[in-house]
Amino acid sequence: MDLPQLWFLLIAVLWLGYLVLEGFDFGVGMLMRPLSRNDTDRRLVINTIGPVWDGNEVWVLVAGGAMFAAFPEWYATMFSGFYLPLLLILIALIVRGVAFEFRGKIDDPVWRARWDWAITLGSWIPAVGWGLALANLVRGVELTPDHQMTSSVLDLLSPYALLGAATTATLFATHGAIFLALKTAGPMRERAGRAAAVLAVPTTLVAGTFAVWTQLSHSAHTWTWAAVGLAAAGLVAVIVTTRARREGWAFGASVLVIAAAVALLFGSLFPNVMPAINDPANSLTIANASSTSYTLTIMTWVAAFLTPLVIGYQAWTYWVFRKRLTAEVIPPHTGLPARADDASRR
Amino acid sequence: MSPGSRQVWNEPVTTQKYRTLPPSRPVTAHPQQGPSSRIAGHGRAYRERTDTEEDAALVDTLDLARWQFAIVTVYHFIFVPLTIGLAPLVAIMQTVWVRTGSERWLKLTKFFGKLLLINLALGVVTGIVQEFQFGMNWSEYSRFVGDVFGAPLAIEGLAAFFLESTFIGLWIFGWDRLPKKVHLACIWIVAAGSNASAFFILAANSWMQHPVGAIYNDVTGRAEMTDFGAVLTNNTLLAAYAHTIATSFLVAGTFVAGVAGWWIVKSVRGGDHQSAREIYRPAAILGMVTILLSGVGVAASGDWQAKLMYEQQPMKMSAAEALCEGESGAAFSILTIGDLSNSCEGVHHVLTVPGLTSFLGTGDFDGYLPGVQDLQTEYEEAYGEGVDYQPNLALTYWSFRFMIGFAAFSAALALAGLWLLRKGRVTENPWFARLCLLALPMPFVAASFGWIFTETGRQPWVVVPNPDPNGVDAIRLLTADGVSESVVAGEVIASMAAFTAIYGVLAVVWFRLMRRYAAAGVAATSPPTAADADGPDDSGGSGDADDTGSTNTPLSFAY
Repeated sequence: MDLPQLWFLLIAVLWLGYLVLEGFDFGVGMLMRPLSRNDTDRRLVINTIGPVWDGNEVWVLVAGGAMFAAFPEWYATMFSGFYLPLLLILIALIVRGVAFEFRGKIDDPVWRARWDWAITLGSWIPAVGWGLALANLVRGVELTPDHQMTSSVLDLLSPYALLGAATTATLFATHGAIFLALKTAGPMRERAGRAAAVLAVPTTLVAGTFAVWTQLSHSAHTWTWAAVGLAAAGLVAVIVTTRARREGWAFGASVLVIAAAVALLFGSLFPNVMPAINDPANSLTIANASSTSYTLTIMTWVAAFLTPLVIGYQAWTYWVFRKRLTAEVIPPHTGLPARADDASRR
Repeated sequence: MSPGSRQVWNEPVTTQKYRTLPPSRPVTAHPQQGPSSRIAGHGRAYRERTDTEEDAALVDTLDLARWQFAIVTVYHFIFVPLTIGLAPLVAIMQTVWVRTGSERWLKLTKFFGKLLLINLALGVVTGIVQEFQFGMNWSEYSRFVGDVFGAPLAIEGLAAFFLESTFIGLWIFGWDRLPKKVHLACIWIVAAGSNASAFFILAANSWMQHPVGAIYNDVTGRAEMTDFGAVLTNNTLLAAYAHTIATSFLVAGTFVAGVAGWWIVKSVRGGDHQSAREIYRPAAILGMVTILLSGVGVAASGDWQAKLMYEQQPMKMSAAEALCEGESGAAFSILTIGDLSNSCEGVHHVLTVPGLTSFLGTGDFDGYLPGVQDLQTEYEEAYGEGVDYQPNLALTYWSFRFMIGFAAFSAALALAGLWLLRKGRVTENPWFARLCLLALPMPFVAASFGWIFTETGRQPWVVVPNPDPNGVDAIRLLTADGVSESVVAGEVIASMAAFTAIYGVLAVVWFRLMRRYAAAGVAATSPPTAADADGPDDSGGSGDADDTGSTNTPLSFAY
């Protein structure tokens, strides 16, 4: 394996980390409203990811940064080409992140209701959008010989890409429901567990179809059938374990599905990073999109030292906040009253 | 750079070291627009488009993309310096509490910690845009610089932003989950992370201002890194980092001093001398001392930057003084009248300090500074004709002065405050309260103008050529050649409208929350139930808790 190939693998790993971690963040945000009966429930849901969502989100920044550093042509073509989907994702991530932090700062139902919508939309849009982007990456786009993407926005909405969007949306919703069931106790655990079991079946249909379609139409390799097989096994395991309410196992199974999906998508891409559907000669490949071996060597050393450290302290964070939450442990609101005149109430 | 290699500007610049460039493309498709004028820099094949219609569209995209970059970047940098400076100040407050057990420092930690978090949230989410927009709007720039510029950005995420984002979660939610000292370490790690983050981002930015440690590769048509150590020890970076960090502490010091100073007056006038004396006064003193120390740092690092700028970006330095023709012993003007916008015609300096500009640039009151017209001629020889190499004179001139001028309010606050609060005094002087409120936003404004100055002052370049004869040769890129080619004006308009609208709403929300929480004082963030504030000392946190079970003890904090 040469350095550019190593970095292709590392970028797949960074995306894997992002999709696994923020995948359940998105799912939790998507399900916050339907699974909650009152404000305390909503706070309970939000607080299951409260200490960790910010650290989870950094994975996408590092994945994007790594693409910039290791494959500037890929980064440039993809980010300028997928302009509008990325714009929507960015806006969603902005309002969602602010919503978590600001929602409780003012003790007022109207204020909270607005941020709840920001969390809901801010979770749905990226859950759909990342699937759309990744599916289009694998499907290929129209590229000029100098790697300018000429596909229009409508070209990005092919049936395959829409199925990819539906795949990430259902998969993240299921993943999030399982995470919620794993992180809560009492009625919320019950509801989330039931939701996970209900969501598992359509998720399996959608994701399974997408996986087979990917393999048949967009993968040139036989070995990616293994990823399809793993995904299928994972999906079946999700159905079985969510029905049995084995939350830990179910979480492991949904992580396996996401890992298999990333392996399938990046495996299908290989050795391209952005295939051109109009003319294969125009494709961006690992070889023609990469940085110099000097830059990649530096980056490899940095990543080799820092990535284990990051995984270590993030794992420790999950350990610190490992206790299940219930509605009873959610403290009263500490936000200031809605009207400024009451600010000096104490 | 050794003093010996300093460029002497009254000698003609040798042009032999520059690559022979392809002939500049005529700019007939649109009127000459200063920094917007588009010519071929390095002639990569796909940049050569001749279709007039397409070219006209590109100009629109370019101007829009530049506006968008300005909007989202200036906006992002409202929140960043406060986070960089305030995180260490909150860490200091918490350290004093942990070491002395003094309850007032816990109250101050929670009070300023809450303000820090409100601010940090916006800094974090707007930072994502910063990283993505290079690829979205500036893909040709990204292709050209990615081999060098991408590495510090990626390392920033891996080495700094991960730390900041993970440990801020631990700090917010960890008050009763972590041993006291581990919890204290979390805020210090956040502070270290945000300060390290600035280093890597400035490494990337400084390389655009003054490329080092790289070569231009004819075959790939891009800049390629040859010496990462040189990129990380770029003197432009070291000066900019010192200046940015000092500025951040100035912003945060002013913030703490302004809020606490206002509260001193409010408390005394409300009859609560105890809060004024015991809680807000120490905080105000901390803020004011921070202002004075960082103020010295800001001035010293700014002076260092000015001298580097004279060597590395003389056009920016001369534009900052609206110096049209070269002169020795150039004066520093406080006010200039006449149309600076794009020409040297009719510029009149009034209210000048003799020799000061020469001193700022060269360390010698009689030093020679080249004028923008001289430099235009030199650049045309070196980099090709048909390009206006002058930045927008009015913008550069005034943003330089606003940067310095607005920062002076902080100094006034610190000096007035330290006098009024001397030897244990508190004050009820309403003018001091007004000064506190007036000074609060000023360093933010100054910092914004500093960035506007340094980023617009290097136009029309996005990667400024390195003039050092021993330096990097032939790495340069015009801003016009950096903009995305596959992105149409409509897309940039859509994104600019979306970002401006969302950012506008969030700015109002941020400002109101900051004001509400600042005006609510320590009482709002330290509820009376602070009896459990001692936390589970050093008992090992929740190490004895049941893994899967839950307890009914309420969380110390929840969203």
